[in-house]
Amino acid sequence: MPDPILSIRDLTVEFKTEDGIVQAVTDVSYDLMPGEVLGVVGESGSGKSVSMLSILGLSPQGRIPRGEAVYKGKDLLKMSQKELRRIRGGDMAMIFQDPMTSLNPVLSVGDQIMEALKVHNDGMSDDAAKKRAIELLEVVGVPFAERRIDQYPHEFSGGMRQRGMIAMAIANDPSVLIADEPTTALDVTIQAQIVEVLKTAREETHAAIVLITHDLGLIAELADRVVVMYAGRVVELADVFTIFNEPRHPYTVGLMNSLARLDAEQEWLQPIPGQPPSMIAPPPGCAFHPRCTFSRGRLPCRTDVPELRQIGASAPHVSRCHYAEELAEAGVVAGAAAVEEGR
Amino acid sequence: MLTYIIRRLLYSTVVLVLASFLVFTFVTVSGDPLANLRISPNVSELTVQNVIDRKHLDDPVPKRYLYWVQDAFTNKFGTTLLDNRPILPDLWRVMKNTLQLLIVVQLLVIIFAVLIGVYSAIRQYSGFDYTMTTFSFLGLATPVFWLALMAQVAVVQIYEKTGHRLFPIANLNSVDPGSGLDFWIDRAHHLVLPVLVLMVAGIAGYSRYMRAAMLEVINSDYVRTARAKGLNERRVMMKHALRNALIPLVTLVALDFGTLLGGAVVTETVFSLDGMGLYFVNALFSNDPYPVMAFLMVTAVMIIVFNLVADVAYGLLDPRVRYD
Amino acid sequence: MRPQDREDIHLDTVSVGQPASAQGQPGSVAVADQVPVPPDEFVEAPAADIAAQQAGVEPKARSQWAYARIRFFRHRMAVISLFVLIAICFVAIFASRVAPYAYDELDLLNITSPPTTEDKHLFGTDLLGRDYLSRVIFGLRTSLWVAFFVALLSTAIGTTIGSVAGYYGGAVDNLLMRFTDLILTLPGLAVLLTAATFFGNGDPLKVGLILACLLWTGIARIVRGVFLSLREKEYVEAAKASGAGDARIILRHMLPNALGPIIVNTTLIIAAAILIEAALSFLGFGIQPPNPSLGTLIDDGQGEGFEKWWLVTFPGLVIVVIALAINFIGDGLRDALDPTQRRVRA
Repeated sequence: MPDPILSIRDLTVEFKTEDGIVQAVTDVSYDLMPGEVLGVVGESGSGKSVSMLSILGLSPQGRIPRGEAVYKGKDLLKMSQKELRRIRGGDMAMIFQDPMTSLNPVLSVGDQIMEALKVHNDGMSDDAAKKRAIELLEVVGVPFAERRIDQYPHEFSGGMRQRGMIAMAIANDPSVLIADEPTTALDVTIQAQIVEVLKTAREETHAAIVLITHDLGLIAELADRVVVMYAGRVVELADVFTIFNEPRHPYTVGLMNSLARLDAEQEWLQPIPGQPPSMIAPPPGCAFHPRCTFSRGRLPCRTDVPELRQIGASAPHVSRCHYAEELAEAGVVAGAAAVEEGR
Repeated sequence: MLTYIIRRLLYSTVVLVLASFLVFTFVTVSGDPLANLRISPNVSELTVQNVIDRKHLDDPVPKRYLYWVQDAFTNKFGTTLLDNRPILPDLWRVMKNTLQLLIVVQLLVIIFAVLIGVYSAIRQYSGFDYTMTTFSFLGLATPVFWLALMAQVAVVQIYEKTGHRLFPIANLNSVDPGSGLDFWIDRAHHLVLPVLVLMVAGIAGYSRYMRAAMLEVINSDYVRTARAKGLNERRVMMKHALRNALIPLVTLVALDFGTLLGGAVVTETVFSLDGMGLYFVNALFSNDPYPVMAFLMVTAVMIIVFNLVADVAYGLLDPRVRYD
Repeated sequence: MRPQDREDIHLDTVSVGQPASAQGQPGSVAVADQVPVPPDEFVEAPAADIAAQQAGVEPKARSQWAYARIRFFRHRMAVISLFVLIAICFVAIFASRVAPYAYDELDLLNITSPPTTEDKHLFGTDLLGRDYLSRVIFGLRTSLWVAFFVALLSTAIGTTIGSVAGYYGGAVDNLLMRFTDLILTLPGLAVLLTAATFFGNGDPLKVGLILACLLWTGIARIVRGVFLSLREKEYVEAAKASGAGDARIILRHMLPNALGPIIVNTTLIIAAAILIEAALSFLGFGIQPPNPSLGTLIDDGQGEGFEKWWLVTFPGLVIVVIALAINFIGDGLRDALDPTQRRVRA
């Protein structure tokens, strides 16, 4: 088995708010293998974006009291600002959620791509940068790239802007590409196009991709493995087929039941009851227990934070549920029934 | 853009005409400009009647307004009510002095306010930020005229204690300022206190504004993108953040011109500076509608022009703005 | 990896079918030693426990105003300022009992005395031996009265014009907003001076009226903005459909939403009015003797020469303290009432 390209261990991120310290990410550990697409799934506020932003030093308000993020043998969290800058936009590039606000409105799209090129390639001439920028725009499917390169972001449509963002991200042939909700802010038809662009980007760069999203459709389409996060913790991790077919955490089960599926007989879509937990005063024990229809008020759920444990024997599959094995017996549909029963 | 400017100017002209008529009516109906003259014992009926005839004071207001318009265009705003002194030469002189003062002040204010605002935003909640916030709150709560008086009080007290006269506390120049460089050194010496006083309020306001604008930009997604590209912090701030944060400030500075002239009225009065403000206040004291009208019209035109400048500047700085 | 194809995952949100093209092997995660699973107890949760759980899930339901109050009281300077302002208001209201002398009472034995504890002339006396502390207290009363009057009146004008423009929109809006623009483009202080010269006569009421006529524009714009955004909201439509009159919709359904910004701006108008009134009175266009105001006191004091520093200093200091307190209160209110400030990035 090859070595992971990025290895995150016990990452914890805190925010200071006026209501006290909030732990947005708690002891998160996972590996990113070269060339794979790792999906990170969770509700907003589950810490899925913050964990990636903070290891790149892009979350200025966040404090990282412990943990490490080893990239090619070096801990990103111990790097100097200068070293980290060389990695940002070079080896590790990001695609952000909202292309409407993520591009600088007063600089042309071309300027912004060329800037990304020149900062990582000392002595690159303007002409060379411009030529490469046009190539990049063509790769991501911006028509008339030569002309559009001088236009400003507001002259681009949402989908085109996201293509521009992706062009900027792949400019320096990164080995890790972090896509933070890359399609969320776009129309459904545009989303499908951007998915295709992401695939192109992957073929072009052979980069490993961290795909942060709450869109399970996107996960099903692109991801090889999936990390499910809830309330700042990893609650389940497995390959994509296992996650979809044999989820072993009630939250993942809930996510699956809230989806429309063609392969199961469903009368209703099952939303997960309740609301995401308050991160200021998270519930004791398992953070999911107040919404869990599977716990049925059992004491351990309310008092003990479950550990991540290996489930089953074959494939690597971990879950943070005291009763993961019961889910194995009940299965997804039974999980749905549990939702019914819980009401 | 040209059509936009022309349309704006046309619209402004209409506003100006309307406003001038309203102000003229207001100024002429609500008081008797000759009241002081009439009760004065050594002025004859005949003199009063002469003034009335010369200025058509017995005619109805709309007719008098038209006389005034005619005077304004053909006769350079005409003459003052009582001593028949031509208005425009005086107005030019005081305008030159006031603009000199205001431009110096505004340039210094902008430089300091931008530096302070940017640094406070980058080091939010630092000691520097708190100090500057306190300074801003104090500056905004302090009446300009009182600050000017306190500056004078301080200079006088220091003189009484030590015999040193740090700065002149009144007038634009000494009685005999000399010429050439000597003249300007004398002028600069006289302007130190007024400039300092006007700067306090300006910096207090604009640095707060700059800080807020900068904070908003610093927390924006595109600044995060710039950082994610691997740019160094200096470049992120100078190229990506500052440029965006300056746009609203440039507009605000241009729009604030009217307020600035208002501030000049007070400062010029306290420091007896021969500027527009003092000229205006004196005209008001003598109940003379003509210089008052001339002053209001000139400032209104200036405000309109600066509004337009603000709009155009906004369009030049921000590619999203379109004129149509 | 399991011998399955991606076709197994059918979702109606994605186009189905895509060959698995994973290059890397799924990695492993450091898994902690398995913890012993606690006995499978089915304990009925006590009621209090359930309540505690729910408290963890949903934040305690507090009214918007309760939150505002909490936020305001967290702003230390605002709270201190509130107490300072209340104290100042008490002094102003009970001026005749608090002040050691009447404001025009002469103490000919102590002419132009610098501040001293003797005979309670804490702020000194002027050329006629009038106690300056007492004069400042009475001046304070006038200035505060004018400021509150201006704030209330301009809020009323601004809210009315803003609501009407925002509620009816179209031509009414256009006309009213052009009018607002016109006032905003006038050289403010110059117009005030002109108006005060030809209309003011040094009467506090008239000075207040003139100030209010120029200071309402900010509130009008804010209220109009809120109303324009609310006009299309469903509940307003519903109220219209159920036959509620315009006045009722404006007052009951729309105005409450603009209350926060209105309160903040009214506060700031009080500070602005104090400063402008002082400047007007100082220049001799505002409140004039025998009515004492802080601005006229400074004007008088200046006339007696800069050697008598106390005559200029104290009334001005009082203005600074009031304006500072009100600005801090405004800042606190903005924190408390302006929901756009409540962004916390996670």
